[in-house]
Amino acid sequence: MRQLFKFHGGVHPPTHKEQSSQSPIAQAVLPSRLVVPLYQHIGNRAKPAVEVGQRVRKGQIIGMPEGSLSSAVHAPTSGTVAAIDMQQVAHASGMDDLCVTLIPDGQEEWIKREGMDYLSINKADIRFVLRMAGVVGLGGATFPSDQKLRPGKHKIKTVVLNGAECEPYITCDDLLMRERAEEIIQGAEIIRYMLDAEEVLIGIEDNKPEAIAAMRLAVNARPRSASADRMEVIAVPTLYPGGGAKQLIRVLTGIEVAAGVRSTDLGAQCFNVGTAYSIYRAIAHGEPLISRIVTVTGNVAQARNFEVLFGTPAHELVSQAAPLPDTNGYLMGGPMMGIRLPSEQVGIIKATNCIIAMSDVLFPPAPPALPCIRCTRCAEACPAELQPQELYWFAKAKNFDKARKYNLFDCIECGACSYVCPSHIPLVQYYRFAKSEIWDQESNQKAADAARVRHEYHEFREEREKREKAEKLAERDRAAQAAKAQKAAAPPTLPPAGEVANVSPCAAPADADPENTMQLKIQRAIEQAKLQAATTTPKNTEQLTPEQRAQIAAIEARRAHIHELASTSVEASSAMLVEANTEVKSQPPTQSPQE
Amino acid sequence: MLSALLVMLEIAVVLGAVLGFAAIKFRVEGNPMVDKIDAILPQTQCGQCGFPGCKPYATAIANGEADINLCPPGGEEGIHKLADLLGRDFVPYGGDIAPKPKSVAFIDENDCIGCTLCTQACPVDAIVGAAKQMHTIIAAECTGCELCVAPCPVDIISMIPIEETLTTWKWKYPIYALSPVK
Repeated sequence: MRQLFKFHGGVHPPTHKEQSSQSPIAQAVLPSRLVVPLYQHIGNRAKPAVEVGQRVRKGQIIGMPEGSLSSAVHAPTSGTVAAIDMQQVAHASGMDDLCVTLIPDGQEEWIKREGMDYLSINKADIRFVLRMAGVVGLGGATFPSDQKLRPGKHKIKTVVLNGAECEPYITCDDLLMRERAEEIIQGAEIIRYMLDAEEVLIGIEDNKPEAIAAMRLAVNARPRSASADRMEVIAVPTLYPGGGAKQLIRVLTGIEVAAGVRSTDLGAQCFNVGTAYSIYRAIAHGEPLISRIVTVTGNVAQARNFEVLFGTPAHELVSQAAPLPDTNGYLMGGPMMGIRLPSEQVGIIKATNCIIAMSDVLFPPAPPALPCIRCTRCAEACPAELQPQELYWFAKAKNFDKARKYNLFDCIECGACSYVCPSHIPLVQYYRFAKSEIWDQESNQKAADAARVRHEYHEFREEREKREKAEKLAERDRAAQAAKAQKAAAPPTLPPAGEVANVSPCAAPADADPENTMQLKIQRAIEQAKLQAATTTPKNTEQLTPEQRAQIAAIEARRAHIHELASTSVEASSAMLVEANTEVKSQPPTQSPQE
Repeated sequence: MLSALLVMLEIAVVLGAVLGFAAIKFRVEGNPMVDKIDAILPQTQCGQCGFPGCKPYATAIANGEADINLCPPGGEEGIHKLADLLGRDFVPYGGDIAPKPKSVAFIDENDCIGCTLCTQACPVDAIVGAAKQMHTIIAAECTGCELCVAPCPVDIISMIPIEETLTTWKWKYPIYALSPVK
């Protein structure tokens, strides 16, 4: 029997899981349209790779990953791209983001899928396949999985597979483990191989006995090999938030991840069971991530889990679970950490593990917040061992530096503190507010620092240009003096004095020879063109009204003014050029332009 | 008696030498306060405080020649920070120019005549272009100082306020409507 550890705090909210865990996973009906956001993961937004009106096949890439931290987005079914535009997405802000709207044709015509044996290709290629298959963490954070499978500085000893699913109402991982345990285990095997880990520990909360049994069966059913013994399914006590990565790692291995340290630095890496399943599908079957299991529960008559294509509008999904008439909104995620959907039109995304229909009976409106009485019940419940009452104080007073000192960024926003608060203070909202303000300040500071560097360089450059110009002028003066001295010494036979008197001799190009026929030709062509331009008048300006003439005159005046301004500004830079030109023009005294 | 005097003298000379050496070796160039103040200023280099850039304003504050409430882009937050740093009281914004939302400059490239006046005005070299070539703003580097707007002879530079996007969106301060007691 493995020794389990405990994390600090935690709460026992009513689980409400039976409601949706009774029926098997159903395939959601193909919706009338799919609105697929291109920004469904942490990192850079995917770049549109299709055009409006284009026909796409199921699994075809519609969003290309950009930059190292990004992931591909695929067409969830075959059909026609109807639009690529800004549409409301499932985000707490309720804002719009770039989405691809797809009208399904119902043929479900797949792209060519090719599975591969992960042992026969190198690890970098596997990561590339996962990146192009759009595999991201399905536990909620949607961090691109290929990045998590990179070998780091520290050796990974333990891979923790997260099947705890601690949040009330949600049963998508439970059902996935019950029905597709073998594939999850094979995915875990790929993860273990990629990270070269010694063991895989699968943590499942003990309120899911069927899932535990199914997973144990799948682990034991594998062919006996050296690596077979290194995988173990462990039932962990039900305690919210036992499914947090840090908390589960703590419970299974005893490793306590300190502030500012990553679990990988301590030899543990955590993956959701759904992610393991998608990794297996992507590698062994060549199937990109185009759907996931979503629990539809709450105020509905037939709560159950559906396999849902990304982009399915929320209301089209919920209607399959028969929502009750007093439904007044939808939550995405669980009641502890979830967000209220900004509208029921938004599409399901990779982060959507659950849709809960709300009603006043199920989720009565929060009573008004009362003053904090500093009972520290929140501190007792906090799984990150923070002092939520202090953080609340600092966030409320916008004293962000202090909030930071009290390790605000170790808060996992699990909501345990708000849950136990006798004053019903929405503590997590204060922490989220403080976090986003701090992030904003940080990015502003970064921008300011960059601007300072650029400004300093700008000043340095101006200084340098001034110096160089002065040096050049001095150099020219010296040369002029030298030439004058030389001319005085040489017999005055060469050019007539009047022609070159106003031109400094040092600027004369060496090859500006009157014998140079090429230059003469160019000179003649330029003069001819000028003459032509002067003699011809535009033909469409003959019969104009006085108003039009006045307008033209005004425009001409403005143009002349602009030219004047422009020429004064570029005077400095083009001084040399102008000089050279006048030189050339004045050189051949025998060639008149009219000849 | 004499030896005691000599010992004291020797100690005085040695300590004096140490102090003199330290004064040269650990000499601080300029006023270190200027850099600290400059670090708080937003570095837009806009000159709206009346000084030609953030560093000159920081120098003026450090020398006691300017008040701390003249920077519109820094906002109240900036004034608070300066007040904390200098141990002064907070004073509300007292400049002449009203603070505006953060923006970036935009050049209508169709009408640009390539005069380079804006590139010369830009304090952070955020405008690309050469004489008689189209100019454009590097939006990521633009501080929104508006210094390029006035010199443009064809009036095609406009300031566009930066809109909130999904990635820059911030959680709002929790405010709850109070229901009256019946």
